[in-house]
Amino acid sequence: MMAGSQSNRLANGGLIDRSAPLSFTFDGKSLSGFKGDTLASALLASGVKLVGRSFKYHRPRGILTAGSEEPNALVELRSGARREPNTKATTAELYEGLEAASQNRWPSLNFDVMSVNQLFAPIFVAGFYYKTFMWPAKFWEAIYEPAIRRAAGLGRAATVSDPDHYDKAWAHCDVVIAGSGPAGLAAALAAGRSGARVILCEEDFVVGGRLLSDGGTIDGLPAAEWLARTLAELASLPDVRIMTRTTLFGVYDGGTYGAIERVNDHLPSPPEHEVRQRLWRIVAKRCVVAAGALERPIVFAGNDTPGVMMASAMRSYISRYAAAPAKRIALFTNNEHGWRTVETALEAGLQVAAVIDARAEVSPVHRSLASKGGFPVLHGSVSGVDGGKAGVRKLSVSLTGGARAEVEADGLAVSGGWNPTVGLTSYHRGRPKWRDDIAAFVPDGAPPGMVAVGAANGAFGLGACLREGFEAGSAAARDAGRSGGTGSTPVADDAAFSLTPLWHVAGKGKAFVDQQHDVTASDIELAQREGFESVEHLKRYTTLGMATDQGKTSNVAGLAIMAAVSGRSIPETGTTIYRPPYVPVAIGAFAGHHRDENFHATRLTPSHHWASEQGAIFVDTGLWKRAQWYPLAGEKDWLESVTREVKAVRSGVGFCDVSTLGKIDVHGPDAGAFLDRVYINTFSNLAVGKARYGLMLREDGIVYDDGTTSRLAEDHYFLTTTTAKAGLVMQHLEFCRQVLFPELDVQLTSVSDQWAQFSIAGPKTRDLLKQIVDPTEDLSNEGFPFMGAREVKLRGGIKARLFRISFSGEMAFEISVPARHGEAMARNLMIAGKPFGVTPYGTEALGVMRVEKGHVAGPELSGTTTASDLGLGKMMSTKKDFIGRVMAGREALVAPDRQVVVGIKPTDKARRLRSGAHIIPKGEIPGPDNDQGYVTSVCFSPTLDQWIGLALVERGRERFGEIVHAHDPLRGEDYDVELCNPVFYDPDGGRQRG
Amino acid sequence: MRIVCPFCGERELGEFTYLGDAKPQRPAADAGEDAVYDYVYMRDNIAGVMSENWYHGGGCRSWLKVTRNTLTHEISAVEAAAGAGAAKVGA
Ligand SMILES: [Zn+2]
Repeated sequence: MMAGSQSNRLANGGLIDRSAPLSFTFDGKSLSGFKGDTLASALLASGVKLVGRSFKYHRPRGILTAGSEEPNALVELRSGARREPNTKATTAELYEGLEAASQNRWPSLNFDVMSVNQLFAPIFVAGFYYKTFMWPAKFWEAIYEPAIRRAAGLGRAATVSDPDHYDKAWAHCDVVIAGSGPAGLAAALAAGRSGARVILCEEDFVVGGRLLSDGGTIDGLPAAEWLARTLAELASLPDVRIMTRTTLFGVYDGGTYGAIERVNDHLPSPPEHEVRQRLWRIVAKRCVVAAGALERPIVFAGNDTPGVMMASAMRSYISRYAAAPAKRIALFTNNEHGWRTVETALEAGLQVAAVIDARAEVSPVHRSLASKGGFPVLHGSVSGVDGGKAGVRKLSVSLTGGARAEVEADGLAVSGGWNPTVGLTSYHRGRPKWRDDIAAFVPDGAPPGMVAVGAANGAFGLGACLREGFEAGSAAARDAGRSGGTGSTPVADDAAFSLTPLWHVAGKGKAFVDQQHDVTASDIELAQREGFESVEHLKRYTTLGMATDQGKTSNVAGLAIMAAVSGRSIPETGTTIYRPPYVPVAIGAFAGHHRDENFHATRLTPSHHWASEQGAIFVDTGLWKRAQWYPLAGEKDWLESVTREVKAVRSGVGFCDVSTLGKIDVHGPDAGAFLDRVYINTFSNLAVGKARYGLMLREDGIVYDDGTTSRLAEDHYFLTTTTAKAGLVMQHLEFCRQVLFPELDVQLTSVSDQWAQFSIAGPKTRDLLKQIVDPTEDLSNEGFPFMGAREVKLRGGIKARLFRISFSGEMAFEISVPARHGEAMARNLMIAGKPFGVTPYGTEALGVMRVEKGHVAGPELSGTTTASDLGLGKMMSTKKDFIGRVMAGREALVAPDRQVVVGIKPTDKARRLRSGAHIIPKGEIPGPDNDQGYVTSVCFSPTLDQWIGLALVERGRERFGEIVHAHDPLRGEDYDVELCNPVFYDPDGGRQRG
Repeated sequence: MRIVCPFCGERELGEFTYLGDAKPQRPAADAGEDAVYDYVYMRDNIAGVMSENWYHGGGCRSWLKVTRNTLTHEISAVEAAAGAGAAKVGA
């Protein structure tokens, strides 16, 4: 048994499937509808008029429109993690089990405590944010904002992460068409017939636009038949793709369009392995905007009462959804089209109470309709509404000539004319132009390749829509190089359209312009009196048009009222800038699959799986996962593990995967000359078989990157970069090669992923390596001296590159093997190293040993330091030009009081150091004037059995032995440290040469 | 925005990295500090047609000289940097 009776469901008609009933709940109450309903049409069919409370005043609100322009009928849809606030009931498709809740009410929709806000209405006038909450500033966060949010909040967002998936996709076509009304379909027919690749986007779940609600006769057929025939033809064309539930929301450079496809929003949750929504980027040679027009309200007192509805929306509910919004309907119109609602209502057997027409003349056809239907035609305007949360009861009418009348009705259809949808055509800062005959803005030009047709272009007749659409479709296909025949244009009559502009009717009580943001006509008048005459100021001061509906039903009326009170014309008043997206698009759709662990790509080192088996703790460094340390059973914390690893290296042997370094092969006869220009030191004189530490500057003289470069042959160097800069250095070197020095014969090859590289360090390194390399390889100091570099053969025949370089300060080698052998290398080092107590170590131990050794790394290469700051000034060659040479000589960069790298030790040997602490002269009160630098890197040194660090300190190298003050306001720590030589360990370097 | 790479064809913006004005030429080694200062810092910010350096890092790794209107993003010409492409034969 279906819950709830569909008291207002018409007996016949509608594009609903009466054989497919659906049950749903609204504020916990069980109701029912049919497949083909929107939530709004199902609510109306169930006799529900009150669907929400307004934003500021908590006024009862109903359903104003039947589309994505809806300002009032916003609900929280679904529950739990899928709860989505501010969902338009007018576009939400009904599904079995749908759960919706009204917003902005407490404790219930019918009894809302906050509606007392209406009594305090004077404080909510235009600019109230600015006037009421000027000071003190700190009250904003603590008091004003939470209070406003509670009193005037929108819906509640879900508090747990979105369980659904979103997708991003590209599509390419000749012609993209926005809208599937008569104009869009005619464009698709013409373009499709001529062989063009066409994508037709329709935001609704059914194709047809206003044809679905307004009918008409095309090519002698009823609209529904013509629609069926047209869809069949489009389906038979090979390259026409119709995408329903898809809104074209923006236009970007080079004919790129943004569209959001609501793939599974019409289901409780997406089926397994399907996405909820898909963000399309559509690249099209031409775009036809057939997005139609939005009917606009007339502003009068009480125009927000539930039961007041746009006339075209009322037609949609009656004829498309077979849902009667009211039993006894009145129409307030200023134009010909409004009368269609009366025709529709009469055909559906509904009562018509009266037509209030603001025009001086009513056509004879409509006059006879009135006499046949037995209802009066009143010349004048609706000036007030008697009603409340139960809906409209009675209307006050100001008759032309001054008399007053009353009309009893439970629903009021309002038609103030049409506003062409000028968003897409104006998104590249285009301003629409005003047309007096229809009293509306129409597109004035468009981004390249785009054209607006039909109602979106101000052509409201069915025949004109078909003609314009067809012509634009043919032209677009032709422009895209398609020359097939287009056949004949669909033909229909153009009904007469006359309109007397009417924006605002004077009357007692609140008359709403922007219903979503609760902006009234008097707010606009007040803003004008206070001097906010520019429309951009008006918008921000009153918040007109700044809600989630972007003022689709309110902006033009607001401008018109502003124009009237300031004595200007509407075109003189002008429009605000139009900005995408046309409808709200979820951030999740822009993110697509790039969230959580897929936020970015993950790079694994060649030994990752082995390290994982060892129980390594990994750390994210850029895209990489690197082993940070390898805990052993019984170790109580990271420090214990890291300390063990460092001691093992310093006393025996350890190894570490350093494959994340950037690696670049530099080939060519000019390779040496090229490196001389990009490094501050010289590489052209490096002997084959030797390695050298190199430092690169930016052109402004600041240090860019460092690394070791080896010469493997006369015309072949192998260069390494830091892990962080691997990609950027490659880009920089390519710039130097291709743009700055094209005359050099040199080629660069990124080989970062080709080589697995391990650092093997400690006094027993040679013992271990001998088990790995072929016995014919000489690893002695004579056969392989410090800073030697050459290819070696491993036991088993694999070729490797071996470099005698040391980051740890110990006797050390780095070995490179093809990346596919990386994991085997790690396993073999463990096996071969067992007799020597080999210990794998992670980035943490690597860092400890580099601080002990005083080597600079990322924290010191901070983008502010010079070579001299790092203690490497002597490396700068004076015999050649290189990137950054001239700028590095600037006065401030060679000033004697610069902050330079020094070592620091706490005077209290038991104290822990932390990076970031400021260095202040001893005895002085910390402040910006005596801030002499900061701590860059710290570690617990197992070798010295205390915490040590590196710091950048003014004139630091002249101050070894001085006690200074470390001030750490972030952590509330203050202590003394001694400045010292940054090389804490083996300053003579005897161990690494051993 | 899409750029027609001379080597790879028409590709989407995401494959490219922007560097900036391609007009300034790196001064000769003996040009002096003022000339280098101008080269490093004194860049025009043109509202209109500009010649720019773009890097096709997501493709062939070529540096390209792109003539682009900064107001409309219209691209009127794309050419490879002088040193882009394969090794110099007989250079
Ligand atoms: Zn390319």
